[in-house]
Amino acid sequence: MINKTAAELGRLIASGEVTSVEVTTAFLDRIDLLNPVLNAFLHVDREAALEAARAVDSSVAAGEPLGPLAGVPIAVKDNFSTVNMPTTCGSRMLEGWQPPYDATIVARLRDAGLVVVGKTNMDEFAMGSSTETSAFGPTRNPWDTERVPGGSGGGSAAAVAARMVPLALGSDTGGSIRQPAAVTGTVGVKPTYGGASRYGVVAMASSLDQPGPCARNALDAALLHQVIGGHDPLDDTSLDVDLADLADEAAALSLEGMRIGVVEEFRGEGYEDDVLARFDEAVQALEALGAEVVSVSCPRFEYALPAYYLIHPAEVSSNLARFDGMRYGLRAGDDGTRSAEEVMALSRAEGFGKEAKRRIIIGTYALSAGYAEQFYGQAQKVRTLIIEDFEAAFAQCDVLVSPTTPTAAFRLGERTKDPMAMYMADLCTIPSNLAGNASASFPIGLSSAGLPVGLQVMAPPLKDALLYRVGGALEQTLEAGWGGALVADIETKGA
Amino acid sequence: MAVTPEDIARLAGLARIHLDEEECAELAPEIDVILEAMARVGEVATNDVAMTTHAVPRTNVFRDDEVTPGLTQAQALEGAPAAEDGRFRVPAILSED
Repeated sequence: MINKTAAELGRLIASGEVTSVEVTTAFLDRIDLLNPVLNAFLHVDREAALEAARAVDSSVAAGEPLGPLAGVPIAVKDNFSTVNMPTTCGSRMLEGWQPPYDATIVARLRDAGLVVVGKTNMDEFAMGSSTETSAFGPTRNPWDTERVPGGSGGGSAAAVAARMVPLALGSDTGGSIRQPAAVTGTVGVKPTYGGASRYGVVAMASSLDQPGPCARNALDAALLHQVIGGHDPLDDTSLDVDLADLADEAAALSLEGMRIGVVEEFRGEGYEDDVLARFDEAVQALEALGAEVVSVSCPRFEYALPAYYLIHPAEVSSNLARFDGMRYGLRAGDDGTRSAEEVMALSRAEGFGKEAKRRIIIGTYALSAGYAEQFYGQAQKVRTLIIEDFEAAFAQCDVLVSPTTPTAAFRLGERTKDPMAMYMADLCTIPSNLAGNASASFPIGLSSAGLPVGLQVMAPPLKDALLYRVGGALEQTLEAGWGGALVADIETKGA
Repeated sequence: MAVTPEDIARLAGLARIHLDEEECAELAPEIDVILEAMARVGEVATNDVAMTTHAVPRTNVFRDDEVTPGLTQAQALEGAPAAEDGRFRVPAILSED
């Protein structure tokens, strides 16, 4: 049961061949078995999940029309507000906090009959590339439990890879959906900025944050994208996008007539040989599918990382100002002798971990009088240059491709003492956040050490369907060679 | 550039985060390295380049001015660290005199 795709499970449930309760129970049992090892979930609500599953089963029995994912279990990253479950963002600041409303996307999941089983682990307030900054312990990579599952959405990616759930939600600010997908052998999609509502997703860097789907294959991701995407009156940056063809595109068998650009700048020093070898093989597969592959240069992409690590902390320092211990969340030191300001400073000292503090301080610096023009202002100019590079590249090509990450999964603890090394994990994913275009990671095989490698596809804004066309066609070719899905082979140690 | 522990202490004050001397001393060289690396943006961000604040620009997003249900007072106070008489209870922000 747990090896079936979300699309297959949805069909079986709708036809009455299996019940959602049976499906949900199978995944809940898998979570019980593996979560003590992987720590992918911070919260699991068996009873609420089974109640939602029973409701879907009643609808099936009554012959009511249901969507393609009705009754299918899903995990939700812990920065999405959920009215019946805690929402901690992996932080002591929000430990035990239960939001008074659902994020729009979560409400859409429930309306479509998906069964929310629990909340997944993440880097604290989504700041990190390894899930090691979570206040509740790191998530481990199911391919090798001594390695990280990427971040910030390592919990969602590990849960999908280990078949604890067929689907999950993520949020991608600099690569937090795509980078974990790459290092866990799963599919992760960052829609065009505004393509899915941010309402109720705890804000980190508002001009970069974008929720999106995590899945085991292109079709499942497309089906989930169709459920969560589109305009939301509660998020004025959300877009009225046409999502109708995403699932059909994921079934594409040919890339005839497409021009695909390989980004020249994303290889060389810092890239593992195995990553480049799998990438080159995947590019050959794209050519075999009928695509014309050309090399393109995006010379200003090398400035994306520094620009990101100024814009991002600047927005973080503003957004995280709301966590002051007054209206919700942790309050520390309120003993009747201290002022409100002192209590705020003590609450924030106790509630935030080191990386959150580091970025708030950097952001405060980048925005402070005398430095704002030099740092934040210049970073915003680089953002314009990144967009220009993308526009020039998309004038020649339908989509761009690159490795999703320079390296396969690194070891736990390997980069925690070196923030710059950690930041490099998002080198290839950051440009699409700065430019707002659609981008996704698809599994393309294993390194010689048996670790997954991902290929990133970048499409112009609003052309999300192209991600699924390229990813879907590539997946069918590669899976034919592998003899099935990449993740079907994982034997998680300790399970 | 050289960010000093004193700089960090000042920034922490602005950001309302209590940091002790040891934390300031640890963060200063780390943040110095990061800011120095990030200052590379100045190499290409010349005066003739416009700033981008939002990648997918939208202007004048309007909606009908209709009253819709919001949180009840009880819901809004559910997560409060301290509440009293249907209000958030916070430390004194004004002195007695």
